[in-house]
Amino acid sequence: MRHTRFAVIAILIAAVSVGACGKKKPPVARPLPPPPAPTTPSTTATRPPAPPEPVPETSAIPPEPTIKDDPMAGDLDTINKNSPFQPVFFALDSYEVDGGGQQALTTNAGILKKYPTWIITIEGHCDERGTAEYNLALGEKRALAAKTYLVSLGVPADRVRTVSYGKEFPFDPGHDEGAWSKNRRAHFVVTSK
Amino acid sequence: MTRTVFSLAAIAALSSLSLLGQQPPAGQPAQPPQNPDINLVITGPGGPPKLAITPFVAVSNDAETVAAAKTIGDVLYDDINYEREYYMIGKDAIATIPRSSSIDEVPLDRWKELNADGLIVGSVQKTGSGILVRMRMIRVSNGQTVLGKEYSGSIANPRQYAHTISDEIFMQQLTLRGVARTKLAFTSDRDAERMLSPENRDIKEIYFADYDGANARRVTVSKTLNVAPAWSPDGQALAYSSWRPAGQFGTFQDVIISYIYKGVRQTPANGSPDKQNYLPAWSPDGTKVAFTLSQGGNQEIYVMNKDGSGLRRLTNNPDIDTSPTWSPTGTQIAWVSGRSGNPQVYIMNADGTGQRKLTNESWADRPTWSRGVFNEIAYAARTGAGFDIKIYSFSTGQTMNVTDGIGSNESPAFSPNGRHLAFVSTRNGKAQIFTIDRDGKNLRQITREGNNGYPNWSQ
Repeated sequence: MRHTRFAVIAILIAAVSVGACGKKKPPVARPLPPPPAPTTPSTTATRPPAPPEPVPETSAIPPEPTIKDDPMAGDLDTINKNSPFQPVFFALDSYEVDGGGQQALTTNAGILKKYPTWIITIEGHCDERGTAEYNLALGEKRALAAKTYLVSLGVPADRVRTVSYGKEFPFDPGHDEGAWSKNRRAHFVVTSK
Repeated sequence: MTRTVFSLAAIAALSSLSLLGQQPPAGQPAQPPQNPDINLVITGPGGPPKLAITPFVAVSNDAETVAAAKTIGDVLYDDINYEREYYMIGKDAIATIPRSSSIDEVPLDRWKELNADGLIVGSVQKTGSGILVRMRMIRVSNGQTVLGKEYSGSIANPRQYAHTISDEIFMQQLTLRGVARTKLAFTSDRDAERMLSPENRDIKEIYFADYDGANARRVTVSKTLNVAPAWSPDGQALAYSSWRPAGQFGTFQDVIISYIYKGVRQTPANGSPDKQNYLPAWSPDGTKVAFTLSQGGNQEIYVMNKDGSGLRRLTNNPDIDTSPTWSPTGTQIAWVSGRSGNPQVYIMNADGTGQRKLTNESWADRPTWSRGVFNEIAYAARTGAGFDIKIYSFSTGQTMNVTDGIGSNESPAFSPNGRHLAFVSTRNGKAQIFTIDRDGKNLRQITREGNNGYPNWSQ
């Protein structure tokens, strides 16, 4: 809910600034929706769901379609929440990038070419069927294997950082192969744009 | 005079231990060395001595003193029971004997009826600045006081008096290093929910607690991932691995040393875009730290001085090398390598020479080298769906199971006397720290909040 609101505001701000530049109008204070009321988790939990936000009434220039359609114009949190990158999954105990992983990385390399200023961190993750200590190293090998393949596709090495979280932060807390297969992954995060 | 004799005995025990570290002999001492001064040692006729620990007497009736007396008596019972050297007379049986108002009035005849060989009595008295705790250990057959002690100090942590008494009893009676005053450090996410923020979706911090789980305290406040604490041999510092977000430069893993009682932190191994540092292990003399340094994604075992100088690589293999631990004398290092296809425990000399494989498991990790009289290494081994703790004995060349397939059990860490292991288990749901004896008995749950991992036992 909060993320949606931020996205709306971000698009509006972007639209306003683009419009202002294009028409060279003097800066005019434009009506913006009020900032989201600060809410604490406890109050949101007890309150009934809030009614939908009223669409902010505005006579401003409609946003550029390219910006409106591109969630990648938001801040890093917004981008990473709607991540365009595909994770790379691994077999048990393995850090080899398989066919599916190569496809995902080809897609990801295309995104990095489209956004040439982005710098990403590849997080290596492991499932609970390995030990905590060794998984720190295994996750690092997985992140590095994904990076090496990206670099082979022409992505500059200095745009890709790697870090391992071992099995510390599983994506799926379950204890079956369905969960484990999701947790053995290289996960992509944009750290600078 | 007797003190000197005991110290010499302890030194003798330590010297023989050093020899064991170098050259595993054929036999293995089944029991710690006996105290030579037999007159003060309480023995049982045939089996372990039967011991009664009576409730400590509160000399005044105020609630604080009464509570402190109860705590000290209860904790002392648990502490003494922990080493399994005595047959503990049950609290119900003890309650049948009228409570004395002083530790100088002991109804020996009644204790003889319970077949007690030894008796521990004690009292707590309020003083101007705190409390005075007195204890006597008595041989029931003749009423002789074999150990008498007085302690005075703050009332803030009564458990510590019990821990001190327990350690002194084991040292005097059995020349055994008790663990009652040792600490366990570990990683936990117990406070993460409270600290979570949009920039920090995942938080684990370092904590430490008494060996029995009481008095847990948080050490780190970095609001990132912090794992694998390791106690310095003097118990004053914790080395650990900490993840440091650095924006567009990535996330770096540092090895940090935190002098927990001084509030001083140092970073002997700084992460960088090309270097990650983790899993520190102190040398037994406290001057050096072995750790995993990953340069360009190739993990190797390195040793540095504790200030970060004198960095030296010990392994050189393109596959994973990680999880170092030192031998008791500091002449060897055990670690884990994936060079044979799956993770196995290896050992080498502390200069990196003489590397050889120790285990043949489908997955072995986190070796911990016993510092006690037993010359052995414990590690986690994959057994079916999860892991179990196993011990490899250099003396016999045999491997024995410590845990039994309930839940997944990993990350073992030996107690300083080599009799116990701390480890992580999912047997009760979330990952919790437990302790267990090396023979698989005496399981105790230490943590109960959040998910916990990477235990390490202070020396």
